[in-house]
Amino acid sequence: MKRKLVILGNGMVGHRFAEKIAEYGGTEKFEVTILGEEPRRAYDRVHLSEYFTNRSADSLYLSPSDWYRTNGIRLLLSEPAISVDTVSRKITTSAGTELPFDELVIATGSSAFVPNFEGVDKQGVFVYRTIEDLEKIMSYAKQVSKVAVLGGGLLGLEAAKAVLDMGKESHVVEFASRLMPRQLDEAASSVLKSKIESLGVRIHLNKETKQALGESSFQGLEFVDGSVLEVEMLIVSAGIRPRDELAKNSGIEVGQRGGIIVDDELRTNVYGVYAIGEVALHKGMIYGLVAPGYEMAEILAYNLCSPGQKTKSYAGSDLSTKLKLIGVDVASFGDALGQTEHLPIAYTNPRTGVYKKLVLSTDGKKLKGGILVGDADAYSNLLTLYLNNVELPAEPESLIVGTPSEEGSAFGSLPDDAKICSCNNVSKGDLLGAIRSGACSDLKGLKECTKSGTGCGGCIPQMNSILKEELRAQGKVVTEHVCEHFKYSRQELFQIAKVKGIRSFEEMIRTHGMGNGCEVCKPAVASIIASIYNEPIQKHREIQDTNDKYLANIQRGGTYSVVPRIPGGEITPDKLIVIGQIAKKYDLYCKITGGQRIDLLGARMEQLPDIWKDLVEEGFESGHAYGKAMRTVKSCVGSTWCRYGVQDSTAFAIRIEERYRGIRAPHKLKSAVSGCIRECAEARGKDFGIIATEKGWNLYVGGNGGVNPKHAILLAADLDEETCVKYIDRFMMFYIRTADKLVRTSAWLEQLEGGIEYLKDVIINDRLGINKDLEEEMNHLVGTYVCEWKDVVDDPEKQKKYKHFINSEDADPTVRFIEERGQKRPVDWPKKELVSN
Amino acid sequence: MNTTAKEPVWIPVSTVSEFPEDGGVCAKVYGEQIAIFHFSSRNEWFACENKCPHTGDMVLARGMIGDSQGEPKVVCPMHKKSFSLRTGACISGDEYSIKTFPVHIEDGTVYIGIESPGTQG
Repeated sequence: MKRKLVILGNGMVGHRFAEKIAEYGGTEKFEVTILGEEPRRAYDRVHLSEYFTNRSADSLYLSPSDWYRTNGIRLLLSEPAISVDTVSRKITTSAGTELPFDELVIATGSSAFVPNFEGVDKQGVFVYRTIEDLEKIMSYAKQVSKVAVLGGGLLGLEAAKAVLDMGKESHVVEFASRLMPRQLDEAASSVLKSKIESLGVRIHLNKETKQALGESSFQGLEFVDGSVLEVEMLIVSAGIRPRDELAKNSGIEVGQRGGIIVDDELRTNVYGVYAIGEVALHKGMIYGLVAPGYEMAEILAYNLCSPGQKTKSYAGSDLSTKLKLIGVDVASFGDALGQTEHLPIAYTNPRTGVYKKLVLSTDGKKLKGGILVGDADAYSNLLTLYLNNVELPAEPESLIVGTPSEEGSAFGSLPDDAKICSCNNVSKGDLLGAIRSGACSDLKGLKECTKSGTGCGGCIPQMNSILKEELRAQGKVVTEHVCEHFKYSRQELFQIAKVKGIRSFEEMIRTHGMGNGCEVCKPAVASIIASIYNEPIQKHREIQDTNDKYLANIQRGGTYSVVPRIPGGEITPDKLIVIGQIAKKYDLYCKITGGQRIDLLGARMEQLPDIWKDLVEEGFESGHAYGKAMRTVKSCVGSTWCRYGVQDSTAFAIRIEERYRGIRAPHKLKSAVSGCIRECAEARGKDFGIIATEKGWNLYVGGNGGVNPKHAILLAADLDEETCVKYIDRFMMFYIRTADKLVRTSAWLEQLEGGIEYLKDVIINDRLGINKDLEEEMNHLVGTYVCEWKDVVDDPEKQKKYKHFINSEDADPTVRFIEERGQKRPVDWPKKELVSN
Repeated sequence: MNTTAKEPVWIPVSTVSEFPEDGGVCAKVYGEQIAIFHFSSRNEWFACENKCPHTGDMVLARGMIGDSQGEPKVVCPMHKKSFSLRTGACISGDEYSIKTFPVHIEDGTVYIGIESPGTQG
């Protein structure tokens, strides 16, 4: 007969424990029941604030809905335990069910700590803990404009960001003298504070709350120092309290300040009763993070599933954290606050909002902890050095200043038991074992085999270098196959297409691939063919990415946006009026884009050919806003208007944009031209940017905005227009020929062996002897340009493809708009998960 | 054709020549939006609901088709989730799935098999 294992709590830790039980074969031995208080199955609470934006619980769930059933685990939702009888060994649930147990695991987690000041129970005061809390917050927030968050810790700052995202005035009130007082020192807090303030969140430190203001509903906070903050809503995020009330009432020992006391094997004082996660008190510590809870879950599951064998013990966890707060990287690990004897090294740059601190052993040889604010790229490397107690390089400051090399010297010598993924407790040896067994040969496979890299993802760069190093050691060529259908990289496919004259996907896959292709290789081959032959891309319609296929950007609701080209951002009043008239005619929402053009949104698919026809007749052409292609060239007004301008940047931007318009590339390309060093066109944030000097033009390459903004690097200075254009020709073609699919110029340049110096050697000194070819190829692309919209407008057969139904003239009846600020917008996606049945 | 307990009712939609090769179109069948794919490189036809189960948008017919380990699939244009065209299961690992329908070609006409027409949406 199976033993009865009951788990109280279906949060992240309870769920992980159940997963581990299943993984270790425990469901053969135990009849497992999990009780959850919330009405839904376990979800990712760490990413709760994403719910504000995507409003989908679906993406947060930790397992598919049939997971419990498939694994033979009974799940009771909305049914918390209300008492534990440790003598007759059974629990009673809120529904009155009595469940006998042989083993009981308490994973009830914690609740939000709400300070006990006067008026804290007023309407308009919320905690921030569950999806239901978020729904209440979102609903109440509709009627308010100013919101305060009580608590400047991790979760509080997350909540403040969510408030900002809801379009409300956002305040953070913190009792301590600094933000994230458990993780950051004064200097780090001050850098973080000014960063967050610059984004619009107001921060109030050293504030002890006296009382809540307002009659029945909350109207603000009064502090002990006499000051008052007038806000209409309060989100409390002032810490957590372990949910140990069940234990307290049933003779399970708890600590003085709460938390169920457990030993190194996570046992409580009652036989067969265990506690894990945020409810557990281990050696005086309560861990308010998910990773330690996961570690406990794994250890306990292992111990319960393999009796007789050596048990594992819990030795406490590292409190390292890395997160992105309102777009600001923050990381803290080890003895970050320097509470033991140490040697600190810190770097502060108030201009860029970067603060980095290393806490070293007094001899400077070992890393004891650290803090990173503003730029946490070094985090995973530092954490590895710290967790594995590796001896540091002679100049440890190189770890935080300058550019550390990808496979820094300190890493090659990592021992096999070095922990790489701390979320899932995977060592370097585990990774090597998986690679050597032949079970996996790429990153995706390695993730599946070991689970490494599937938590916070911080260890993926190290997984990558371990993988590549090991494959090289085995004498294998490290290849970048496009996908399962082609055993070639994009660069190889490009050469194949060019040398063999391949002009269609069908021909490419028949001669050099296998299977039927997919969403990765089809657009990649489409892009290659377009970059070599420059035929209208509608000729290869079915292999184009969705936006290219419809020559417009698909948006919410399945409608499209239309962006006509406005070279250099220069437009006559007449043309402006025409755009307005066309927008009005088709009832389109208008917005000025970041690329100095006008976006017309909300076009139904069947309207596209008509809208283009009207635009083309008025002299507009496609802006290629949909393409992995050259899009826009931004400009300032330059010497024609600006009192500082030294060259005519507008004229040059127009020339550049018209030259390269629509040219297909591995990824989208943007450019800008600034008329003086003041850089009003933000040219260095572009794939290539040009800045005027007294003597001519400086050409910069490899910049971008986007997720990881990068400033472009100087390729050549003081060029005349002709040379500048020649260099851009060569640069673009070299990139188009050699970059991997969907790699932007910044990443391409980073991966280019030899970097910018090598690129200069190729572009300027013709090191490879290919510049004549590159220029000819570019001239071919420039000379064969046709407007893709016009191509459709001129061809009734192509227009047919824009009907919504093949067998009806009707439009899609499900597309709906609502009005906002005097224009239309699509209705929101449904709030709840939408499993269609 | 794999017939289950109930024989579907076959509804003619259009002629074969109206369908793009290795591409999809949307058809209106008894008020329901059905995406139909002429998977010519496999010499197969597939049909499924046109609705993205994740966003609710009617866009699957505009998705790209291909295969994953030999399994024919359609990729939703909204967020690139892949669905098996055979079973409707989400290949990219999400728990939602899509409804699929049998397709039958006769004398150059494409037919969709619907169970009990008239009761749909």
